[in-house]
Amino acid sequence: MSELVKKSVGELQGLMVSGACSSRDVVSALAARIEAVDPLVKAYVEVNVEDALAQADAADRRRAAGEKGALLGIPVAIKDLLNVKGQSCRCASKLLEGYVSPYDATCVAKLREAGAVLFGRVNMDEFAMGASTENSALAVTRNPWDLDRVPGGSSGGSAAAVAADSAVVSLGSDTGGSVRQPAAFCGCVGLKPGYGRVSRFGLTAFASSLDQVGVLSKSVADAASTLQVIAGHDARDTTSARVAVPDFGAALTGEVKGMRIGLAEEFFGVGVDPEVEAAVRAAVDHLVSLGAEVVPVSFPHLKYAVPAYYIIAPAEASANLARFDGVRYGARRDAEDPVELMRRTREAGFGPEVKRRILLGTYVLSSGYYDAYYVKALKARALIQRDFGTVFAQCDVLATPVAPTAAFRIGEEVDDPLTMYKGDICTIPTNLAGGSGLSVPCGFTSGGLPVGLQLLAPAFDEVSLLRAGHAFESTTEWHTRKPVIEGARA
Amino acid sequence: MSISASKLVPTIGLETHVQLNTNTKIWCGCAVRSDAPPNTLVCPVCLGYPGSLPVLNREAVRKTVMTGLLLGCEIAQVSKHDRKSYFYPDMPKNYQITQYDQPLCLGGGIEIEVNGVKRFIRINRIHLEEDVGKSTHLRGASGIDYNRAGTPLMEIVTEPDLHNEDEAFAYLTALKRILQYGGVSDCNLEEGNIRCDINVSVAEAGADVLGVKAEIKNMNTFRGVHRALAYEVRRQIKAVGAGERLVQETRRWDDEQGVTRSMRTKEDAHDYRYFPDPDLARIRLTEAEIEGWRAELPELPAKRQARFVEEYGLSDYDAGVLVADKGIADYFEAAAGKNPKAAANWVMTEVMRVLSESDLEIGDFPVPTAGLSALIALVDKGTLNSTKAKEVFAVMLKEGGDPAKIVEARGMAQVSDTGAIEGFVNEVIDENGKVVDDYRSGKESALQFLMGQVMKKSRGKANPPMVLDLLKQKLAKP
Ligand SMILES: [Zn+2]
Repeated sequence: MSELVKKSVGELQGLMVSGACSSRDVVSALAARIEAVDPLVKAYVEVNVEDALAQADAADRRRAAGEKGALLGIPVAIKDLLNVKGQSCRCASKLLEGYVSPYDATCVAKLREAGAVLFGRVNMDEFAMGASTENSALAVTRNPWDLDRVPGGSSGGSAAAVAADSAVVSLGSDTGGSVRQPAAFCGCVGLKPGYGRVSRFGLTAFASSLDQVGVLSKSVADAASTLQVIAGHDARDTTSARVAVPDFGAALTGEVKGMRIGLAEEFFGVGVDPEVEAAVRAAVDHLVSLGAEVVPVSFPHLKYAVPAYYIIAPAEASANLARFDGVRYGARRDAEDPVELMRRTREAGFGPEVKRRILLGTYVLSSGYYDAYYVKALKARALIQRDFGTVFAQCDVLATPVAPTAAFRIGEEVDDPLTMYKGDICTIPTNLAGGSGLSVPCGFTSGGLPVGLQLLAPAFDEVSLLRAGHAFESTTEWHTRKPVIEGARA
Repeated sequence: MSISASKLVPTIGLETHVQLNTNTKIWCGCAVRSDAPPNTLVCPVCLGYPGSLPVLNREAVRKTVMTGLLLGCEIAQVSKHDRKSYFYPDMPKNYQITQYDQPLCLGGGIEIEVNGVKRFIRINRIHLEEDVGKSTHLRGASGIDYNRAGTPLMEIVTEPDLHNEDEAFAYLTALKRILQYGGVSDCNLEEGNIRCDINVSVAEAGADVLGVKAEIKNMNTFRGVHRALAYEVRRQIKAVGAGERLVQETRRWDDEQGVTRSMRTKEDAHDYRYFPDPDLARIRLTEAEIEGWRAELPELPAKRQARFVEEYGLSDYDAGVLVADKGIADYFEAAAGKNPKAAANWVMTEVMRVLSESDLEIGDFPVPTAGLSALIALVDKGTLNSTKAKEVFAVMLKEGGDPAKIVEARGMAQVSDTGAIEGFVNEVIDENGKVVDDYRSGKESALQFLMGQVMKKSRGKANPPMVLDLLKQKLAKP
């Protein structure tokens, strides 16, 4: 195994700048690593080495011509719901078999402009619906720390690839925790920026008012440098924010003196595994030892987060996914009558979880139920936003577990959607409020599974998250541990 | 229980869909045009590709607000877009982005006149939405052209204020005139720029509750609306009069058979599951923005009519005829030149006759306004008499060209040379001794005959007032 695959974005950039290696070398090393571990981990759903090498050569030429940049020549793995011109974009669904993107998502275009190599499409729960990547119609991705366990989801492929060193950094999307939870399950860093920080143009929508493009990486610094490239207002997404993009790297001072860390007991009272709770509390203590203060806060409406989310997200999804009908693209099932064609295509194309959520969403928007469900959920959402308002008046960041447990076994919760939904309780609130969130490795269970610390901040204060996360990371060793993937070829 | 059919009266409301004539579509930069090959004016956004997002075209908002201002609506400073869900192959996202409970414009209305009676038809609302694609059924397959998908569409909804098909026709005609004046739509019915849904029910006159309504969908001619309403009202009156219980339903107009047919009843009506579109921010308009648009409002027909009377000295009637069609009024104003009264006459006689005899639109009229002005100037200068001028106009209509050049090339100039005319006059007097005697003995009409003879000799080119003068002179002295 080439040592290159273990390096972070920052380290690889240093090597390429000094001439110690080229982008081609990095891509080649990754391609070899994918060949060695991916048959076991199954993080990738599409890999085009030749195309990646051509992009790497182009990046090397740009460097030779004097260009510089944090992501120049760095391979980035892309979650299967982001459009990359000329690549498939199946959203891990049978329905989008054969679809080839005619355009680049804005965040992808920005990566290209920065000279990043768009290398490989990574697995996910179908249309981002799920927390285990088991809902993929393409493959079951495994957790590199324990191949019998899930990598989390829905950005499970993104997290597993980074953890298995078969990706340097990866883009995911986070609607209710889909970046942060797999990051925690796989022991990597997961950053969900504030809603509107990164353009959603080209991100296949699950729930438009909650979706946000995020980064999965080996270090907080890598998350910061990647966000720097993809952030910013986009005229093609009217929900993207017209706010200045700060220098995220400047936040990485290692200094947290005087930073107020909020602790809300409600987040620990949701059936959190004692080992997870201990790791998270220890992480907060560690931040205190670095000079931060703990502020006890309360989050009284936490109990409404999951029910509100599982009304709003399916409602939006039921309309967002209506376009997948086989008429213009995708795996069409022919029929005499066009309406029958659409019905057959959708019947055959969508998996059970996607159907469940479409039905749920259709139901809550139906006349007669709209006020009882959808309107009420919006009220609950407003209460959660208010809770965050009160919390962030008292502290800079809120520290919570990412998920109540570490990674569960494959198949363990697949027939119990309610339990799986409840697992999102710690991550969902910030999506409902449009805030930002970060997951950093903060320990391991006795069984050797990674545990994540979640830090939450207001919408466009990713800087506080990155500062705290980086200070924690640079004084702990958790993120440096690597899984041993049994059976992988050397 | 049956109700006396003679006591039943209809209640009618119209929902009119108007395509705005913006350069680009409502959510993307694709051009709005009807003459392009299928699926050439499309992009990921208007095809509903995964990940694409809508961005509202402000020009569509401006044109909708302009319409609202012209119709006296209240303009909402905050409005929003909603998704209306139903599966339809022509609709790329399988939901239509429309405005459900917070439209751009509320209230307002249009005055109509039917048989000399003026009535005010109230508008309930105007909202801004997107048009869908167009299906065509080929042999054994269907094709869909998405060029039209995403064309900005304004829906203008009346209160149920209309009483009969004549009023509906008058309303649509008045609405079209205002839309044309506002320049917000091309208003070409053949292109489907204006489409209409009719809501109609019948009930006993003075009843508190309306009858069971039928909706007749997708009418694309005003004449069709008139015929469909006449049929449907008769059908409902007959049914209710016979004690039949109507069901709420959607009907389709069969133009060939001249009947409406049931498409679906309320039981299988769609549940559209409206909810606010999370991809679009609320539309916020400032007072200043709205007032700025109000200042840009074009002159409406009634005001223009008064100005034509004042400024051009036209009769109220003539001015009314001219402003009835904005294109005609524009044509007249451009041609008015130094002799607006003559221009008005030309437009109301020759131009409008040609338009009514052909399927030409005034915008494509072959005689340019400058040409008509020049022709009128030739008459005023005495180069042409009115008969010859009509001949020149016919040539301009058929072959184009400058009137002065046509006159020259064809030797059509009026003879105003006293010597030449005198020659013709002398000849006629010599040849018609008896008529000359009749005139001299007091028979005034004899003069007309002699005049005609002179004109004939000049082959129509003699200047008639000069002929008349000379004849009178010569006949006065024996
Ligand atoms: Zn388009």
